[in-house]
Amino acid sequence: MARNDLQGSLDLLVLKTLSQKGELHGYGIVQHIQKASDELLSVEEGSLYPALHRMELNGWIRSEWKVTDTNREAKFYRLTAAGQKELQKAEKSFEQLVKGVRAVLRYA
Amino acid sequence: MLIFRRVINSFRRSKLEKEIDREIKSHVEMRTADNIAAGMLPEEARREALIRFGNRTLTRERVTAVDAELAFDTFWRELRYAARQLRRSPAFTATALATLILGIGANVVVFSVLNAMVLRPLDVPQPAGLYNVVHKQQGYDNQSYPDYLDFQTKNSTFSDMAAYRIETAGLSTKAAAYKCWYYRVSGNYFDMLGVQPALGRFFHSSDEHGPNSAPYIVLTYDFWRTHFDSDPHLIGATVDINKHPFTVIGVAPPTFHGNEMFIWPAFWMPIVDSPTNEGTDFLSWRGAHNLWILGKLKAGVTPQRATDNLNAIARELARQYPENDESARLVKPGLIGDMFGDPARSFLAGIMVLAFLVLLAACANLASLFAARTADRSRELAIRLAIGSSRWHVLRQLLAEAVLISVLGGAVGTVFSAVLLKALTRWQPFPEFPIHVTVSPDPKVYLVALLLSIGSGVLCGLVPMRQIWATDSAQVMKSSGAGTIVFRRFTLRDLLLGVQITLCTLLVTSSFVALRGMQRSLRAPLGFQPQGVLLAETDLHMGGHSDASSTQIQKRMLEEAGRIPGVTSVGIIDETPLGTGGSSTMIYRMGTTDFRPSTSAFGAKYFSVSPGYFEAAETHLLTGRDFTWHDDATAPKVAIVNETFARAMFGRASALGQRFVMGDKDIYEIVGVVENGKYDSLTETPWAATFFPLAQNPESDTSLIVRSPLLPDEIVPEARRALTQIDPSLPFVFHTWTDALALVQFPARVATASLGVMGLLAAMLAVTGVFGMAMYSVSKRMREFGIRVAVGAQPVQLMRSALSRPIILLLSGSAAGLLLGVIASQLLAQIVYEATPRDPLVFAGVIVTMALLGLVATWIPAQRALRVHPARLLREE
Repeated sequence: MARNDLQGSLDLLVLKTLSQKGELHGYGIVQHIQKASDELLSVEEGSLYPALHRMELNGWIRSEWKVTDTNREAKFYRLTAAGQKELQKAEKSFEQLVKGVRAVLRYA
Repeated sequence: MLIFRRVINSFRRSKLEKEIDREIKSHVEMRTADNIAAGMLPEEARREALIRFGNRTLTRERVTAVDAELAFDTFWRELRYAARQLRRSPAFTATALATLILGIGANVVVFSVLNAMVLRPLDVPQPAGLYNVVHKQQGYDNQSYPDYLDFQTKNSTFSDMAAYRIETAGLSTKAAAYKCWYYRVSGNYFDMLGVQPALGRFFHSSDEHGPNSAPYIVLTYDFWRTHFDSDPHLIGATVDINKHPFTVIGVAPPTFHGNEMFIWPAFWMPIVDSPTNEGTDFLSWRGAHNLWILGKLKAGVTPQRATDNLNAIARELARQYPENDESARLVKPGLIGDMFGDPARSFLAGIMVLAFLVLLAACANLASLFAARTADRSRELAIRLAIGSSRWHVLRQLLAEAVLISVLGGAVGTVFSAVLLKALTRWQPFPEFPIHVTVSPDPKVYLVALLLSIGSGVLCGLVPMRQIWATDSAQVMKSSGAGTIVFRRFTLRDLLLGVQITLCTLLVTSSFVALRGMQRSLRAPLGFQPQGVLLAETDLHMGGHSDASSTQIQKRMLEEAGRIPGVTSVGIIDETPLGTGGSSTMIYRMGTTDFRPSTSAFGAKYFSVSPGYFEAAETHLLTGRDFTWHDDATAPKVAIVNETFARAMFGRASALGQRFVMGDKDIYEIVGVVENGKYDSLTETPWAATFFPLAQNPESDTSLIVRSPLLPDEIVPEARRALTQIDPSLPFVFHTWTDALALVQFPARVATASLGVMGLLAAMLAVTGVFGMAMYSVSKRMREFGIRVAVGAQPVQLMRSALSRPIILLLSGSAAGLLLGVIASQLLAQIVYEATPRDPLVFAGVIVTMALLGLVATWIPAQRALRVHPARLLREE
């Protein structure tokens, strides 16, 4: 349960990143999450790549080898329609999780 | 179908790993570049990037693990989903399964038989390059022993050549006597085939030193096990073959049953030995074409080159011995030359094609069912597409259903056919002949079954592909749910159904033709009356009697048998017509001096009979007299001929008192003419035949004909007692003449049965096909019909529009099938007696059958169309 939720939050972060930035490679995703979270969240590469692969196999994201601005080749990921829907679901369930956890913490 | 993806994945695993490495490399490089930009030294920047990334191998492994796990999960999920979908529509599933079980099962059975009889090589250690060397003229396949020796020593294309004959003999020990089938083989037989003995030793060519020089036999494993209780001390013991002592020197391995597929011998004996008193004159007589040659080609020699080589030798021999015509032709071994092989192979190939067509018809049916189902589910599919499922994903799901159902059907069909084939293998159609039909399925058969199953599944599943690709989800959901399907044009599905009906009619026609032929052959004039006759068969050689002393014993047999109460007449013939034997000879006109095949008048079947045979067999004597015991060695030679013989030689003139000559230059006077008969097969054209008196033409083969109004069971004990008191060592086989005829009727029976089964299958598939199509078209047009009824359409009009297409297809398909059936019957005429489709009963039968099929198939859809209730229908929509 806990593991699923953590994995769920990683998926959520990645999907959200891609929905905001449109198209990004793995390194870019790591950098973006770190920057956007004010250095609070740091994504482990060892978890990121298996997650990306799984999401791609699930049809949420699509990948393509391209050349970066700095003329380096990298694998770029973008969201699919199914991924968009998955993102909405994940956001909703995350909000519920947060609400639930907050309620428990507030319980006196 | 993720199973394919999984297979592909395992191939592309290394490709995936390379891709991950490439991605990791690009990741590390980008961080290194950022680090340098942030002011680190290149060396340090790279090290930091690597440390930040962590364990790269572990990451790679985790990515591939995700890949495998997901693929496997999805595979099971899709399979479970497919199973659930199928469970939800049990009627559809049951229909599809039944269709596939029948279709695939029929193919597996036919393929197994084809595999066993045609494709599978002989069950010997090195089967490659083995051929039977037979005579060029079909039906006259045997070679003579001197020819064999010449072919063997003079050829340059065979590594070795063996000769063999298949015969019967009485084998007796102190304890018991048996009638056995055995091979007489040349000494090199076992060495050439590369077989090793299970016990003792085999004989070799070095054992042959002229006639009767090697009185040894080698037993088959089965015979040793069943008749000698696997006694290892039997090696070196003596047994009597036709009362002549032979030493058992070895036992063959359990898998070796000789080189003929269906005739399993009890033992092998060197060909130079003779188990009779007749001597072994055939060993030196070039005209005695009575053995088979089995040759093994040298490596790299083509059959054509070998044939040319042997025919060059044959031409040389023809110059030396002009009275014989030698020639050679290579045929695949195992099916007794091409006497049995050729018709069997072409018939099997034909049935295989039919079975395959039946399966195609089944697939066509299923494809229509799947297409209909897809159309019914179009709303569900449209929703799935709309919420982001890919078309490929939806298609994969349908394909999973199709393949799941076809593999399931294939598995059940294969199990059924395996059971059937096992039974067929155990089955011995004729107890007195060692015929074994070994058709057990082997891995090749199972592979074919699997391929057929998957193939049919993919074929059926792909038909709805166009529907899915063309689905416009918005359009479908807006409309009432039913996909709009154009009903005007004739579609591929109509064509499939038409072909299927054609095929069905063809098979139904063929089975009717075969059935009528069978029925006619049972009533055809045979030239004798088998009903009410008990046959007692033996070979006097088995009792150690010579041909010359046979006649006295046969006379006593007739006397003893005639005395049995209830017996009305008795007679003896050497080999019954339509039995297994029957010899033919050349007949020459008076005045012929040069005796060779080309100067003969014609060939004729010949038999030796006792006085009274014609009366006992109820063969009508048209003119002249029967033989008497006075027609013996001291009297002038006489013969009784049949009508064909008389007409061929003397035209309209009376044959009585006329004479003819045979190859041995003996002159025969014709004393009687009998009606024509069937001698070799039911389908033969009338043969000339001549009968000689036993006393002038002694024969040890004896078929005693006992005619009586009593049941066979009532006479057999009496007959056995009466006959064994003449010579207790003579083994007799008792059976009714009708039973004995089962062998000649066997090919026709098999043909009729297999055509009947195929016809039945095709008919069932045609019914489900027409039914499915009619039902579907009616169900899709219920709304239209409702409106039409509401505005005053008559039932007839509804029926016309609902059923016109299936009925047009039915009519045109039936007409085409009937036409093809007429053509196919010409092929059938080789196997089935007087197969002709120009038979009003066949025509009527086919037309009634097809009409009934049509009625059955369209009845329910028509009812449904007529019961349209406009108000309710419109309310529902």
